[in-house]
Amino acid sequence: MDITSRALWTLIHGIGFGVVYLMACSGAMVELYRRFIARSGSLASSDGPFLKVYLIVMGLLAWLAVLSGTYVVYPWYRATPPTGTVDLSGFPQRLLISQSTTIGWHSMGMEWKEHVAWIVPITISMAAVVVARYGTDLRNHPRLKSAVLTAILFSFASSAIAGFWGAMIDKAAPVEGGHTITVMGDATR
Amino acid sequence: MTNGAVGNGSRRASLPNGAGSAAVLAMGIGSLVMAAFAIIADHSSVFKRMMIFYTPTGPLSGVTTIAVVIWLVTWIALDVAWKRRDVDRKIVRVGLYLLAIGFILMFPPVGDLF
Repeated sequence: MDITSRALWTLIHGIGFGVVYLMACSGAMVELYRRFIARSGSLASSDGPFLKVYLIVMGLLAWLAVLSGTYVVYPWYRATPPTGTVDLSGFPQRLLISQSTTIGWHSMGMEWKEHVAWIVPITISMAAVVVARYGTDLRNHPRLKSAVLTAILFSFASSAIAGFWGAMIDKAAPVEGGHTITVMGDATR
Repeated sequence: MTNGAVGNGSRRASLPNGAGSAAVLAMGIGSLVMAAFAIIADHSSVFKRMMIFYTPTGPLSGVTTIAVVIWLVTWIALDVAWKRRDVDRKIVRVGLYLLAIGFILMFPPVGDLF
């Protein structure tokens, strides 16, 4: 079972960081609601650092996702083929814009994804810092707690947009190449 | 203004809202700058070339780097100015509006209107 190094990095970026972040958003929203909005919310003393650590880990995932996407995977996606190249399979952006039926994946999908994804680390960093600084006192600042929840909703929407387009673009024109890594030995060889 | 101690079950704030408001407003400014720079880079070839900080990534590298730097500098400056005091509650709302505007401007059909 083989995988190319570029495909592995795409997996690390999309699933290792992106999908895990997306799943973590629901947990953050439920926890914030339970702590600061639900009237019946109760806090155990051991709950104190949990949300802070949870949001900081989410922030770390978000930064890793955008940095690996922008500086590792995206350069392979937008690589320019040498003049006269006929097989564009190693040049996803050029492959997509070469046909009218696939150009939208780039002109709409990638153009949107590459910028909206950066809203994710900005919003979640704000949420993490505000929750870390205010702690349970956030209950006494209704506008700030609403802002933290709203920011997490925006980060969820932005990461969902980026994740959806990333998955669809990689399906239409996969980022492939680099050296081949054998994940599991092939018995048929 | 609201720096009194908080008793158990009290609804009174013990920390001023300045630091939180600074974080929310800076977030909105950072998001709006990101969207604005992306639109400008899309329409101006000179600006697009200026934004190429790292050639393999192209103008995206400059647009995101500058937006992140502006976001962080704004955040630090506002935090230093506001962290020990309460500020107008409307600032939080302004920060969220800027975030929403930036988010909408990043949608390509909207960005292409400019």
